Amino acid sequence: MGIEDATVSAPTPREIMRRRAMGHMGFLIGASCVLLMVFLAIFAPYLTPYDPFEQNLEARLINPFWGTGGSWAHPFGTDSLGRDYLTRILYGARISLTIGFGAALISGVIGSTLGILGGYFGGRVDAVVMYVINVKLALPGILIALSLVSIIGGSLLALVFILGFLFWDRFAVVTRSVTQQIRGNDFVTAAAAVGASKTRIIFGEVLPNLTNQIIVVASLEMAIAILVEALLSFLGLGIQPPTPSWGLLVSEGRNFMFFKPFLITLPGLAIFFLVVAINLMGDGIRDITAPEGRN
Amino acid sequence: MPGAANPVLRVRNLCVDIQVPGGTLHAVRDTSFEVSRGETLAIVGESGCGKTMTALSVMRLLPRRAALFAEELTLDGVSLTELSEREISDLRGDRIGMIFQDPMTSLNPVYRIGDQLEEIYLRHGKGTRVEARQRAHHLLDRVGITNAEARLSQYPHELSGGLRQRMMIAMALMCEPALIIADEPTTALDVTVQAQILGLLAELRREFNTAMILITHDLGVVARAADRVAVMYAGRIVETGTATEVFSAPAHPYTRGLIDCIPHPGKTERGARLGAIPGIVPSLIGDLEGCLFRNRCAFAENRCATFDNVLSPAGQGHEYRCLLPPDKVGRAMVGS
Repeated sequence: MGIEDATVSAPTPREIMRRRAMGHMGFLIGASCVLLMVFLAIFAPYLTPYDPFEQNLEARLINPFWGTGGSWAHPFGTDSLGRDYLTRILYGARISLTIGFGAALISGVIGSTLGILGGYFGGRVDAVVMYVINVKLALPGILIALSLVSIIGGSLLALVFILGFLFWDRFAVVTRSVTQQIRGNDFVTAAAAVGASKTRIIFGEVLPNLTNQIIVVASLEMAIAILVEALLSFLGLGIQPPTPSWGLLVSEGRNFMFFKPFLITLPGLAIFFLVVAINLMGDGIRDITAPEGRN
Repeated sequence: MPGAANPVLRVRNLCVDIQVPGGTLHAVRDTSFEVSRGETLAIVGESGCGKTMTALSVMRLLPRRAALFAEELTLDGVSLTELSEREISDLRGDRIGMIFQDPMTSLNPVYRIGDQLEEIYLRHGKGTRVEARQRAHHLLDRVGITNAEARLSQYPHELSGGLRQRMMIAMALMCEPALIIADEPTTALDVTVQAQILGLLAELRREFNTAMILITHDLGVVARAADRVAVMYAGRIVETGTATEVFSAPAHPYTRGLIDCIPHPGKTERGARLGAIPGIVPSLIGDLEGCLFRNRCAFAENRCATFDNVLSPAGQGHEYRCLLPPDKVGRAMVGS
């Protein structure tokens, strides 16, 4: 039976995604900005000769290179204690990215676990999961984060965990509904029909089909976590000085708002760029992995 | 039943009840059948008559709300109802293979064909990964997929419907099961591919000497592929017998109605109305009494409402549930 011998091979899914990614402006811009930020954060010590904590009271509040008295010795100027502002911002990227990745990872694990359990098993398990999700949705996340930080204190680790434990609801809602769809597919029944256990079905059949959705939600959650960290640090309840967090830099620059506005604009712009870039990347991933390939 | 000396699968008085809002839905009632090695039993009926529920009962894959009762449900003498969840799971795919209706959704899109085939073999501890690969390769050749080596590393979306259904058949055969359940295996395929798949199934059934349950609503498929037929209506088998017998001398008005729905090239007059069975399948919720076909039946009488649904003989191995004598319904207009 030599029918259907035609070797018109369709492009592999990977190839299709590569092509779509290359044609998606938003994704290209977002992803390259995020990559650039990650690169800057990792190689910060090699990119600047200064130490982020090193004070130099003789070189206080120097303008950036475009302002009066500015020079390329301190391209972004110095702060009120004479610390090099570019260095502070580069090291600040480390904090933001750590918070972003860490919180997205923790909330992803919690949310996806709940969502998959509820979506796959349905019935009573689902009722419990929905109850927990509703309780979570009723909680004012940022207020709780505020009060928890003021109780526990604002170390980096504490923030990652608090944000991770507070922002998993979107993961749970999305994975739950997608799991319900996947569970209805014949290939899940087919897997059961060849003797696959429930664990095997969840990890082998359901989870791989959820990856795209999880990545998309993770990028959104990352952006939110970064914003909330900046907010908490600005209020003095997040990262504590002298650690260079962007929110904290804005807060410290507040006193000099009218005389040295760059102290606020520069870290503000850094937050803005990172969050926009992550959102663009997330939207891009959603479009690229969508079955119908939206543009 | 004749020719069923040593059946692989015996089902006696199978009942499936599903709890739904508003009562109990009797999806399958008092259903009994047997299948032997090398034999194909076709279960025929319209949507919602309990065909798929019967198949899923054998696999013990019923939805959670469904409860299964059976006097006997044995595969090679092993009672399927008494097995633990783990034991039945070991049987699935190993002793019983299943082919699903829609090959477009029954393969997981994220895995390569080869991995999906090999996994079944490895899952049931049949051998090493290399052996699994060889077996997969051999079976793809066997089900008529050319260029098997390249196909093994492709993803499901790269294959056509016909190829995917061949894949599903190869998957069902990986562990040489004693029984294959094919649930509407050709419904989602176009007619030319249907014929190929049916031919392939018949050929493989002979070669591997497996028993096969073919579930379908398409009498054309039955006529071509089945040895014996069980016609289901509203959860019950209303007529059963050899395919030739049931087609040439249908004893139940429902079977007769189904057969009349098929147009016959050369016999059905151009422009003539095709037979149709009026009405719809009755609700199966709550207490059910009498013959459930009576409200659609041209031969219905008062006593049908209290009919106790016993099986009466209509010929050699041919039984039906109706008050009418077997020849009353009349010869259908089928030539073969």
